[in-house]
Amino acid sequence: MSRKQKKTLLRIGISAVLFLCGLLIPTKNLSLAFLASSYLLIGYDVLKEAFTGILHGQIFDENFLMAIATIGAIIIGEYHEAAAVMLFYQVGEWFQQYAVGKSRASIAELMDICPETAEVERDGELISVDPDEVEIGEIFIVKAGERIPLDGTVVEGSSSLNTAALTGESLPREVGVGSSVLSGCINENGLLRIKAEKLYTDSTVAKILDLVENASDKKAEVENFITRFARFYTPVVCLAALLLFVLPPLFTGSGWSVWGYRALSFLVVSCPCALVISVPLSFFGGIGAASKHGILVKGSNYLEILSKAKTVVFDKTGTLTRGQFSVTDIRPVSCTKDELLTIASRAESISSHPISRCICEASSAKTDISELTAAQEKPGYGVSVVWNGMQIDAGNQKMMESLSISVPDCSGTVVHVAYNQEYMGYLLISDELKPGAAAAVHSLRNEGVTKLVMLTGDNETAARSIGDQLCLDEFHAQLLPGEKVDHVERLLAQKETNDMLVFVGDGINDAPVLARADLGVAMGAMGSDAAVEAADIVLMDDDPRKLSLAVKISRRTLGIVRQNILFALGVKLIVLLLVALGLSGMWLAVFADVGVSVLAILNAMRALLIK
Amino acid sequence: MKKVFKLKDLDCANCAAKMEKAISELPGVASVRVNFLTQKLTLEADAAQFDTLLEKASAIIRKIEPDCTVIK
Repeated sequence: MSRKQKKTLLRIGISAVLFLCGLLIPTKNLSLAFLASSYLLIGYDVLKEAFTGILHGQIFDENFLMAIATIGAIIIGEYHEAAAVMLFYQVGEWFQQYAVGKSRASIAELMDICPETAEVERDGELISVDPDEVEIGEIFIVKAGERIPLDGTVVEGSSSLNTAALTGESLPREVGVGSSVLSGCINENGLLRIKAEKLYTDSTVAKILDLVENASDKKAEVENFITRFARFYTPVVCLAALLLFVLPPLFTGSGWSVWGYRALSFLVVSCPCALVISVPLSFFGGIGAASKHGILVKGSNYLEILSKAKTVVFDKTGTLTRGQFSVTDIRPVSCTKDELLTIASRAESISSHPISRCICEASSAKTDISELTAAQEKPGYGVSVVWNGMQIDAGNQKMMESLSISVPDCSGTVVHVAYNQEYMGYLLISDELKPGAAAAVHSLRNEGVTKLVMLTGDNETAARSIGDQLCLDEFHAQLLPGEKVDHVERLLAQKETNDMLVFVGDGINDAPVLARADLGVAMGAMGSDAAVEAADIVLMDDDPRKLSLAVKISRRTLGIVRQNILFALGVKLIVLLLVALGLSGMWLAVFADVGVSVLAILNAMRALLIK
Repeated sequence: MKKVFKLKDLDCANCAAKMEKAISELPGVASVRVNFLTQKLTLEADAAQFDTLLEKASAIIRKIEPDCTVIK
C-alpha cells in the first residue's frame, strides 16, 4: 500500500464516521454539519480536480462528473445521498487502485528473475556491482542458490542449473567447465566461475523482461475497440442525462427535482473506467500466466490471434519429433527380437554414425571391442565385423545386395542384419516422436483447433509414420523451404477470415513461414536470439504441450475479457434503465461505476491463475 | 528516436487513454504509448524535435491528470 493509499484510507474512515453521526443525530442543523464535513473531507480532492479540469477543458473527466452529480444532489436537497455517493465513490476508487496495484505487483513478481547484483572478480578481488556494469570477458561468481545474472561460459566448477524461470520446467540441467549458461537460471549446488559472454542488456533475462514488459504496448483489437467505445460512451450518457433532465418535465409537467435526480444519477454511471482498465489488465494477466510457464507472448494482439486459432501447421523435425533417431521396429525372420537387436548392436558398436549409436542405445547387450576382429565401416552401406569368429553384416539394401543376400521389400530407414551370411531380419529406424506430441495434438483438438497439418523436408515414409501416429489431418513431405510457404499460402486461402492459422517451428530456418502465417510460434528457443526475433510467441523449451497450454491460456484470457465487457456494459445499461424509470437511486449508480470496476479487476486477475 | 519514461501517480486508466490520444495528435509524434499497467510513457519522435515534444506531452499529461508527473 502506498502512502497516498494509506492517507486516503484514513480519510475514508473519518469521513465514514462523520457520515454515520450525520445519519444518527436527530437535530437537523447538527446533522447537516456532520454530513457537510464528511462530504468535504472525502470529496475535496475530487472537487478541486474537477475545478482544474474545467480550466483545462476536460469536461468529461471522472472528477467533474462526480462533482456535478453530488453538487446537484445537494441543490435538490438530497444531502445524505450526496455525502454517501462521494464516500462510496472514494471507497470504490481506493479498492480499484489497491487491486490494480496488487495485480501489477504479482505480475512484477513473476518477472523477478534477475539478480540485483553480480559478484565480479576485478584485480583479484570480488566486488558486487550492478549486472549492467559487467563487461564482456569479465569473470563473475555465482554461489549455490543464487541466480546467474548474465549469459556466459563456465570456466570453473560444475553444478546443476534450475531453468524454471526461463522454461517453466524445473528439470535440472547439468553444467561443467565449457558449458554455456543463461542468465535467469538458478545455480543449485556448486560454486561456478563464469566468463561473461554478453552484456546484461543482450542477456537472455533482460530480453525476456523487456519482451514481457512491452507486450501490453501492442494492443489487441478488442482493446482498441474499447478505447474507441469509451470515447463516445461518456458524452452519449451525459447527453442522455441532459435530455432526461429537460424533456420529461416539459411534456409530463412532473417535478424538475425528480428528473434532475435521475439525470444526476446518469452522470455517475457515465465513466467507462471498468472497461478501460479490465481489458488490458486481463491480457496482462494472461501474458503473465504464460511467461510463468516459459511461454513468451510478444503482445496482447498475439494472444488474441492465438485464441482464434483453427489451423495449426507444424514443422516436423525438432517440433513434433526429437530430431534424433531411434529403433522403432524390430522385424526378425529367424530369431527373436532381442537376439536380432543384440547381433546388430555388436556390429554397430564400431561406428559413431547417429543410426549406429541409436541401435547400440536400444540394445542392453554391451559389446567389448576386444571381442571384435576385422571391423570395417563402409560409408553409404553399413558395417561388417567378426565377433567370436562369426561374421556380422549390418547395413542397407545396397550392402545386402553386394553380399548377394536377398531382403524383403520394406520402406523407410532400415538396417538389415546378416549373421554368417544368413539373413536375420531388419530394424526400422525413425526419428522419434516427442513424448508430449500426442498429448499436445489431443488437447489442441479439445481447445477447438479443427485442422492440424505437418510440413516437412523429410521423406514420405517418415512423414506418413508421424502423421498416422498423431492422426494429423494433412501432411506434406519432401518440401523445400519455399514450398512450405506455398502450402501455408494455400491453407490461408482455404480458411475463414476470422479463423487464424498458426505455424509452429524451431524458428531457425522457418523465418519466411513464421512471417507468412497469422501467428508464428518458435519452439525450443532458449538461448536462440534468431528464434526469439522471428516469432510472435516463443516457447522457451521444446515441449509441444506448451503450445496447447498457450492456446488454452489465450482462450481463457479472451473469455475473461468478454465476460468483463458483457458484465460491465450489462450492469451499466440495466442501472441506467432502472434509474431512468425511477426504480433505483444514486446508490446503485455509484455501484455500477466503481463497484463494477473492482469486480472486473478481480475477474481480470483470474487470467494470471490459468494453468 | 524512441524513449521510455516512468509516469508517477498515473491513477486512471481512461485518463491514460485520453493522454495517449491527445499526444498522438501532436504534429511530429511518430508513435506514443501511455501504458497504465506498467506506468510508462513511450514516445517516438524525430530527434531534433524530441525535447519540445516531450515538454508538450508532459503538459498534456498534467492537464488531464494534475497529480501525474513524467520522470525524466
